[in-house]
Amino acid sequence: MSPFLELTGTRLKLFVREPGAVFWTFGFPLILTVALGIAFRNRPPEPSVVAVTSNSLKTALLGDEQLSLRVLDEREAREALRTGKVDLVVEPGPPITYLYDSTRPESRLARATTDLKLHPHGEPATLDKPVTEPGSRYIDFLIPGLIGINLMTAGMWGIGYVLVEIRVKKLLKRMVATPMSRAQFLFSFVVMRSLFLLVELPVLLGFAWIAFHVGIAGSLALFLAVALLGGLMFAGLGLLMASRAQNQHTVNGLINLLQFPMFVGSGVFFSISRFPAALQPWLKLLPLTALNDALRAILIDGAGVRGIAVQVGIMAGYALAAFAVALRIFRWR
Amino acid sequence: MTAALRCEKLVKRYGDVTAVDGLDLEVESGECFGLLGPNGAGKTTTVEILEGLTEPTAGSVEVLGMRWSDSERALRERIGLSLQETHFPERLTVREVLRLFRSFFSAGRSVDEVLDLVSLREKQDAWTEKLSGGQRQRLAVAVGLVGDPQVLFLDEPTTGLDPQSRRQLWDIITGFGKEGRTVLLTTHYMDEAEKLCNRVAIVDRGKVIALGTPQALIDSLGGPQIVEVQTQRPARDLGQLAGVHAHKESDGAHLFTVEQLHVALPEILRALEPSGIENLVTRRATLEDVFVQLTGRRLRE
Repeated sequence: MSPFLELTGTRLKLFVREPGAVFWTFGFPLILTVALGIAFRNRPPEPSVVAVTSNSLKTALLGDEQLSLRVLDEREAREALRTGKVDLVVEPGPPITYLYDSTRPESRLARATTDLKLHPHGEPATLDKPVTEPGSRYIDFLIPGLIGINLMTAGMWGIGYVLVEIRVKKLLKRMVATPMSRAQFLFSFVVMRSLFLLVELPVLLGFAWIAFHVGIAGSLALFLAVALLGGLMFAGLGLLMASRAQNQHTVNGLINLLQFPMFVGSGVFFSISRFPAALQPWLKLLPLTALNDALRAILIDGAGVRGIAVQVGIMAGYALAAFAVALRIFRWR
Repeated sequence: MTAALRCEKLVKRYGDVTAVDGLDLEVESGECFGLLGPNGAGKTTTVEILEGLTEPTAGSVEVLGMRWSDSERALRERIGLSLQETHFPERLTVREVLRLFRSFFSAGRSVDEVLDLVSLREKQDAWTEKLSGGQRQRLAVAVGLVGDPQVLFLDEPTTGLDPQSRRQLWDIITGFGKEGRTVLLTTHYMDEAEKLCNRVAIVDRGKVIALGTPQALIDSLGGPQIVEVQTQRPARDLGQLAGVHAHKESDGAHLFTVEQLHVALPEILRALEPSGIENLVTRRATLEDVFVQLTGRRLRE
């Protein structure tokens, strides 16, 4: 029997025999998706972000603290609405036209606030264009982010934590005392993660389609390829976190330290355009931001390879660097 | 004929601590060799250097005539071992663990063969977390045997086991030795070393302080019998007693090494009578007595 197949088979067996791990990998992301899919109706009130397509509208709406205004051209404004960067688009008309996602309470609130400001006496000479087709809702924004965060946590914990556990138990030392190939040993983890991905992704995507009609505008194959690259990148980072750690506390701390900025700043739950402009170029360099942006570009905008070249480059860079360094400094005893 | 294991002037330092301090060792092919010594004597470090798991600070190591630096792969195929502690994955079965480790070797014994060798056939489908301490230890030895090694290293294979489990492991080790293969084991049990080993090296503070067959080492005490006496008061100078080869005392605890009990005992009793005898035990001399004789300390302290 090939040692590599044995190693990979062993990893799979150990995984499915640990009900907790199975839940965190497959069950939890589903529950999170359901919960957030429902909960996005209840986001806390903050100023409505409104895009206007003429300066006269801006003047008319100035002075309301509940409105944050941006002047954009028509195409930009629709794009911003689609990607959740603004809640409402107002076009001058006549009649004045409101574009918004009526399933988003922020959008409805933005429409009501804006309309009250423009027509304090209630002249209903406006046209409402609810934008509710798939691709423009919060859930469309959320699903790629959840897939990204799932790839991150599963890769880092599934590889980083498990490797350190094996080291602490002296099992690693026992294994390197045999003629086992170290490369095959590590590679078995990467292969296992990739196999899980091929189960996880269809489940999540299938669920998102059935429950929320979230579809992929671009190529499914490209989406899977990018997800695999992301999985590989986080496998490398998990390996890197585990490469020296001598106990589980250390690797816990390292993984949390690395993950925390990405939970917040990688555009999982809200667009990073909400952060100060000076911060955004840095946030875009985070591994998870690159993955999320690429996944979103494919899922929402139907981007092709060229549209996501930058993100793919960032991810490949992280993956290569992480594996190269980890293999160099890995503690085998 | 080349020695199965040889190391010369072996030194291992961890910072300021010197774990192994110029240790020389030569183990013949087909021998069961024991490293005997208290905890912290440097036994495990020595074994792990021989196993190619730890780099020595200085000194040379040869296993089966090869060196780790240029023949690691070939050596890994030819040695088997059990570490002092290894936790196999809790939710793998005994058979799965053996299959996994067997797959790493290009040649070796079948899983079934090894299962029978260590009498774990009934437990082959049990998760390792369900095994008793003795069964776990036998699994560890079995994992060391799947590659059909020429040299087997066992680091404290029976520590913490009940007498029956120890006996089972002894049988496995004896069986392995009968096939003409080399075993190096560490232990701090004298009876284990006496029972299993052709030769032992007594190790203390990173050095070999005595080397030979268990019998020769015991004979070096000068007498095969030990008399231990506890007196109420320290005894005055006892002088030379007939039949007593050596005498040590601390706080009224006397240790006599004796050639012939029937000659020495009356002498000892008469000499210690004035100090008030509280307790008297006689027994056969063991390797422990050799250690005490050499270091003034006991093996397990």
